Amino acid sequence: MSTPPKVNHQRRNLVIGTAAAGGAAGLAAVVPFVDSMMPSERAKAMGAPVEVDIANIAPGERLTVEWQGKPVWILHRTKEQIDSVAKSDDLVVDPGVEQAQQPSTLTGNKLRAQKPEFFVAVGVCTHLGCSPVFQAESDRFYCPCHGSKFDLAGRVYKGVPAPLNLVVPDYVFLSDSKLLIGTDKKEG
Amino acid sequence: MKAFIATCAALVASVLIGLPAMANEGVKLDRAPISPTDAASLQAGARTFVNYCLNCHSAGLVRYNSLKAIGLTEAQIKENLLFTGQKVGDMMNVAARAREQREWFGNAPPDLSVEARTRGVDWLYTYLRGFYRDPNTATGWNNRVFPNVAMPHAMWSLQGVAEGHTETVRIEGEEHHELVIGAAHGGSMNSVQYDQTVADLVNFMGWMAEPHAIERHNLGYLVLIVLSILILLTYLLKASYWKDVH
Amino acid sequence: MAAEKIVTTTGLLGWIDERFPASKMWKEHLSEYYAPKNFNFFYFFGSLALLVLVNQIVTGIFLTMHYKPDAAFAFASVEYIMREVSFGWLIRYMHSTGASAFFIVVYLHMFRGLLYGSYRKPRELIWIFGVIIFLMLMGEAFFGYLLPWGQMSFWGAQVIVNLFGAVPLIGPDLSLWIRGDYVVSDATLNRFFAFHVIALPLAICGLVAAHILALHEVGSNNPDGIEIKKTKDPVTGIPLDGIPFHPYYTVKDLFGVAVFLFVFAAIIFFGPEMGGYFLEANNFIPANPMQTPPHIAPVWYFTPFYSILRAVPPLFQSQFPGVACMGLSVMLFFLLPWLDRGAVRSVRYRGNHFKVWLALFVVSLLVLGYLGTEPTDVWGRFSAGIPVIGGSDVATWAARVLSVIYFAYFLLMPWYTRWDKTKPEPTRVTW
Repeated sequence: MSTPPKVNHQRRNLVIGTAAAGGAAGLAAVVPFVDSMMPSERAKAMGAPVEVDIANIAPGERLTVEWQGKPVWILHRTKEQIDSVAKSDDLVVDPGVEQAQQPSTLTGNKLRAQKPEFFVAVGVCTHLGCSPVFQAESDRFYCPCHGSKFDLAGRVYKGVPAPLNLVVPDYVFLSDSKLLIGTDKKEG
Repeated sequence: MKAFIATCAALVASVLIGLPAMANEGVKLDRAPISPTDAASLQAGARTFVNYCLNCHSAGLVRYNSLKAIGLTEAQIKENLLFTGQKVGDMMNVAARAREQREWFGNAPPDLSVEARTRGVDWLYTYLRGFYRDPNTATGWNNRVFPNVAMPHAMWSLQGVAEGHTETVRIEGEEHHELVIGAAHGGSMNSVQYDQTVADLVNFMGWMAEPHAIERHNLGYLVLIVLSILILLTYLLKASYWKDVH
Repeated sequence: MAAEKIVTTTGLLGWIDERFPASKMWKEHLSEYYAPKNFNFFYFFGSLALLVLVNQIVTGIFLTMHYKPDAAFAFASVEYIMREVSFGWLIRYMHSTGASAFFIVVYLHMFRGLLYGSYRKPRELIWIFGVIIFLMLMGEAFFGYLLPWGQMSFWGAQVIVNLFGAVPLIGPDLSLWIRGDYVVSDATLNRFFAFHVIALPLAICGLVAAHILALHEVGSNNPDGIEIKKTKDPVTGIPLDGIPFHPYYTVKDLFGVAVFLFVFAAIIFFGPEMGGYFLEANNFIPANPMQTPPHIAPVWYFTPFYSILRAVPPLFQSQFPGVACMGLSVMLFFLLPWLDRGAVRSVRYRGNHFKVWLALFVVSLLVLGYLGTEPTDVWGRFSAGIPVIGGSDVATWAARVLSVIYFAYFLLMPWYTRWDKTKPEPTRVTW
């Protein structure tokens, strides 16, 4: 019953080969299961870009719309509100808008907007995901959960729990009064 | 309790009797001349479906933008298939409300999303080409595959009108009633064109009933090849070990 | 001796072994579990049943992530899985095909037991655990079949639940209690979901563990039906005809798994409906309590028992005899270890009585299974002039005769096995 080493060698190769092939097949079989947990076609359709009519937002007022289940703010900034952004430069962490919290075309844009009078941002605090409230009288957004503050360009204040500026999503003006949120292309 | 036993007995009895299968069992179905991989046919079918079926029937399990799988772009879907106010991410629902439809047709038109899986494409192909004029029905239409169907002939403007009547024939001394349907006339299409239109429509309905069928086949070949290799390897491995068993 | 070996392995395994019997279990159940070396084709199906169980559990978990056990959403949620969930169609077909595959491998696994007398002393408990698993599996399949909420789901459940209504005295209340409503409804769907995804799977897993532990306690039977433990190596105490389960049967079963998966995948990818036997066309119509489909039949794995139910005529205006016979037809499996009085276990050394009865049993089971998928008039009617059977369906009488054969296989077993002229068993396995 003694087995010559040559046979063992062949068997060893077979064990390795079968284990490798079986392991690869097993891994491939895991892919569909993992992938099935990604957003479905329904979720993707729900998360599709939303068209917003901005003609009726009065200056100084804010409209909240839902995109991918999240609140998106469109603040029609008045002249004073636009000026307030420059004044808060000393109070915020990232006055130069370097953080990658907006589409790259807006990096370095202090007002963080394509048109100064319309500020578009995802209304979710970058600390732990609460939705900050708009405090028009103090020209800022204030998060009720842990007291984080943001200026009217969504730049985060120093000394608050939130580390980053509010996210500005991709958006595009279809016309002067129509905004498409969630994409940077006119053709959805 | 007695009523209950009676219901149960009736139910079991209905199973025991085994009601004769569908009324159309006798009709020989034509084979639908379709190719599920033919994108042009599927797209033509989609247009026919939206124009002639979707006015009353929904396909509420199908999302418009899933039609990208049959080669349409989102822009094409928007322009050619969507009703006003609909988005490409919407389901293929009808505008008319179900309750109104129930009043019009005596029954809500069924959702057609998986119709091809229930009826089969051959049934649909034969059915949609089987309408004939019948003054005795409420709609004035009847169908040779689905007698006394509640649906009128939705595509009569394409096919035209076919007259049907029952003839009594004698075969080996026994009387048989046979439905004879004449050729359709007055439609905007000739019979070849109409058959092709219906074939495309049925092809699309077949796709719609199981949108991943092609993907399933393609993946299937790959999986079977991989498993063949595994069969070979495991066989050699087994043989190698079992050489020692005497 | 065991401790020495642990030291030779890595330190981590040694650390674990001091706290948990990892190596001990490995040895007891795999590397030093000695199985007869003469296992044949029929011995693949135990491990395959385990594989299918794992398949059902894993695919089931992922289906549960998207399925909605609500009468208003259930049908659409299944189609949502088929269309909109990435690879949802694959996972769903793996589950639906797995259900049928489960019964195929379990039926073959049970048939192996009948062939080689695997249920006989000292393996009665293995057999009993197995029959309980089979019963639970039937329940699991029945509950699961309601979930897609199609017409066949609905009416199948309606008929089966009403069968319980035929039980004397408590029947109507019993079926009402099972449904939780006056018809099969949202309440029924919701509780069937609970049974299907947690109650029965838990029980099945526990019983499978008991089934395997009991097997490893007494050792495996084999196609010769003789005890390999009777002839041991005088030095090592290892049965002469035994080989370690690992690696010999692990590699052999791996080959079996690969072949099985090939067939399984071929069905999933190229014919998941299996001509209407695995997925029925009518089940693509949403459940409608107002309209029964023209022809309803259970899924193929229930049809032999369903045929027995249909074959028994009502007595005293009660369906109970039929229901009782159907129940009995499954329960009789429990009694096999005590019904069989044969001098040998394996069909190889049995006489003709046993072989003929086993063949009759298999034929009756198959034909009953076929008849259960068809309406009772599938074979036409007897002409009216014939006494007693005149005017009734041919298939109904065929099913009656076959049902009698089915029961006779079990009930006459104590006699025909004892009278059988058996051949002498060998002392060593045929190899």
